[in-house]
Amino acid sequence: MTRKNNYLYTLMAVAALAVVVAWAQTGLFGLLSPWDAYTVRIMNLCAINIGLGLALNLVNGFTGQFSLGHAGFMAIGAYTVALLAMSPAVKQMNFFMVPLIAPFDKIQISFWAGILWGGLLSAFFGFLIGAPVLRLRGDYLAIATLGFAEIIRVVIINVKGLTNGALGLKGIPVYTNLWWTTAYAGLTVLLMVRLIKSSYGRALKAIREDEIAAQAMGIDVFYHKMLAFVLAAFIAGVGGGLQASLIGSIDPAMYKLPLTFQILLMVVLGGMGSITGTVIAATIVTALMEILRFVESPLTLGAIHLPGIPGMRMVVFSLLLIVVTLFYSHGLMGDKEFSWDLLFSRRTKQGVTQ
Amino acid sequence: MLEIKDLHVHYGGIHALKGISLTVPEGKIVTLIGANGAGKSTTLRAICGLVKPTSGSIVFCGENLVGEKTTTIIKKGITMVPEGRRVFPDLTVHENLILGAYARQDHQAIEEDIKQVNTLFPRLLERRDQLAGTLSGGEQQMLAVGRALMSRPRLLMMDEPSLGLAPVLVQDIFQIIRRINNDGMTILLIEQNAKAALELADYGYVLETGSVALAGTGKDLLADDRVRKVYLGES
Amino acid sequence: MTATEFLQHLANGVSLGSLYALIAIGYTMVYGIIRLVNFAHGDLLMVAAYIAFYGILLFSLPWPLAFIVAVVLTTLIGVTIERVAYRPLRDAPRITVLISAIGVSFLLENLGLVVFGGRSKAFYVPPFFAAINHIGETAVPNLVWFIPLVTVALLLILMHLLYRTRIGMAMRAVARDLDTARLMAIDVDQVISFTFMVGSSLAAIGGLMWGLKFPQINPLMGAMPGLKCFIAAVVGGIGNIGGAVVGGFVLGVGEILLVAFFPELAGYRDAFAFILLILTLLIRPTGLLGERVAEKV
Repeated sequence: MTRKNNYLYTLMAVAALAVVVAWAQTGLFGLLSPWDAYTVRIMNLCAINIGLGLALNLVNGFTGQFSLGHAGFMAIGAYTVALLAMSPAVKQMNFFMVPLIAPFDKIQISFWAGILWGGLLSAFFGFLIGAPVLRLRGDYLAIATLGFAEIIRVVIINVKGLTNGALGLKGIPVYTNLWWTTAYAGLTVLLMVRLIKSSYGRALKAIREDEIAAQAMGIDVFYHKMLAFVLAAFIAGVGGGLQASLIGSIDPAMYKLPLTFQILLMVVLGGMGSITGTVIAATIVTALMEILRFVESPLTLGAIHLPGIPGMRMVVFSLLLIVVTLFYSHGLMGDKEFSWDLLFSRRTKQGVTQ
Repeated sequence: MLEIKDLHVHYGGIHALKGISLTVPEGKIVTLIGANGAGKSTTLRAICGLVKPTSGSIVFCGENLVGEKTTTIIKKGITMVPEGRRVFPDLTVHENLILGAYARQDHQAIEEDIKQVNTLFPRLLERRDQLAGTLSGGEQQMLAVGRALMSRPRLLMMDEPSLGLAPVLVQDIFQIIRRINNDGMTILLIEQNAKAALELADYGYVLETGSVALAGTGKDLLADDRVRKVYLGES
Repeated sequence: MTATEFLQHLANGVSLGSLYALIAIGYTMVYGIIRLVNFAHGDLLMVAAYIAFYGILLFSLPWPLAFIVAVVLTTLIGVTIERVAYRPLRDAPRITVLISAIGVSFLLENLGLVVFGGRSKAFYVPPFFAAINHIGETAVPNLVWFIPLVTVALLLILMHLLYRTRIGMAMRAVARDLDTARLMAIDVDQVISFTFMVGSSLAAIGGLMWGLKFPQINPLMGAMPGLKCFIAAVVGGIGNIGGAVVGGFVLGVGEILLVAFFPELAGYRDAFAFILLILTLLIRPTGLLGERVAEKV
């Protein structure tokens, strides 16, 4: 398999994906989208979760720094996008308790600029938080990042003039569509692949394997950790913004630990340190999240009426996380990656044996 | 007393022991010498169940030890003075000794044995209620040996007892080993200080990268040309 | 603020602080022995509170009996959690165990939602605890002095256990050096189980007192106290029982006084613990009473 061929395959795959996206989003050549709005929404969530999962994997999996602060960065992205993209009229309706402070009450900028600001602001906070906490290791880092996410949330609840407090924001314009989310997921995958194959990626993995040895080899450990952390914060911020604009409303309670837990599940299930694994696991978990909705909704079978059981989905997911950690600690992919070579060589081998 | 046959141990991806066989006869001092990483410590750790062998057999007084828990093995009468002494620094000297007898229920006999250890090492009696972490290196080594004796072992294994001690203390330690052995204790000793160890030991095994390279009585090994060159630093 | 008011706040702070301390001790013991932030520890509070609640409601148990049953069952659950979710990972990287612990915590919380429902329930408060005493002009419910009393009593028992008994000695040995403890013929698994037993029963008692103090119980009630008490343990010096107590008091008194002196910051009360945590980790990572703990390799 030559490099050129691989390049071609990738290009073809991207083109195929673009066709599917176009078809699903708007219909193609008069053919209507084969999927209803609900399915398209799940596809959107899948794509967003792929990006979010990859960002967490960059820090937790590839760099070996266990962060639990993802939800905090998503919140920053979401609130930034909401505040920048909502029209002044909608803002006024939202902020009926405490008025929104200037200049945010008047401005409205384009969605893509809002997303960019969301990512940048989140990255900036990543930098501020990372500077002190990235010196910590293991479980201490986990608790400290969790603590920061919680602080961000508490601040959001309290700074009512900027965030509308616990009431949250409603009526966020829904700009997010499959083009946005697929591009987000695709660019994140591309970025991750390039990063991991670069000398940065090797440095990150060296830090994961043995921080002291990495330091001794001349790797600037802190700089690389910070790079991964800030980059992850940026991606998480953008993802949070896209998600806010998909759902249309946000409130501080959304950004608690369970949100980070969901993303963590994707990373662990896919394999800490595998891009392919996260992509697959994010898709599976997002889909499962919807499929399992039925266990939480009331069910009527003939004469038997079963009430819905809220929380059941998360029971399944927590069990899944425990089982995976206990028995398949490498996840679906371990740290292996998909490649065209792998795909085709396996096929040809099978062909030979058959 | 102890028979090891064709013992293999893997550490992660490393093949640390590649088929070691050795015998420790009752009442004797047997020493393992060899460079760092030759597999000496791994052998001892495998005997007391701290690492699981991949294959091979370890038989102690007719009983198989492979696959047994460390607790069980210690209760059968084997004990080890680990490398670097490893006394419990935030427990008192007395508590360290009591822990050595953790598996035993015969409280009176334990008191007796503590007295005996204190006769062997009078310094430990002086320091009875001091935290073990505050002892000097030599005292800690005494405590580690005393603690090991508290389980009333039949086989005492020692991993580098002279490591990090001043030369005068090293002599003391070797004298103590001799004394314990004279009282009837079987001893399996690992030493960097090959000369002293071979002079003391009845039998010696030279380990090289996970295999037994040479074996013989202490005297024979001391006289062996290769041993003299490589391990005794003579030309 | 008058002196009376201040005393009242202080009494509340001490009461809350000793409750934090009690829960923090469980964290610190488990961390000391297997270096694990037992995320599920806080959720045991909730489990204990619900068992007592249903014991009284469904089985009409007298409250002291319901409380005892709650402690016993919660302890069993705590030990089972270690056996099932942590022990198989004894040789795994620490982060793997941490993930398992996070999983267990979410499992307990969501099982709680499924089994008990999401709506808060009113916890039964025996009249004795609610009765108010007047010390001078300060009005103090019995519970306010009762909680510190329980904490001190349990602390004394714990100290006796740790420093005067065989198993306590073994626990201290295992906490320091697993392999050497094994060489002493100490059954490490058994000692760790025992540690979880002690820790979980303290969490259960903490949960019951939490229920008495804040008599609205819900399946997520353990999450925030859990995190805060872990923070208390870190602030005091993790792995150190005395440190957990000091950390608990610093956090409890600090929280109450913060709100008392700066009412406008009341909304930030939950952030106080985390800010304290981050300051501690940056300025004195070993905690107030902690010594340098070497990373286990």
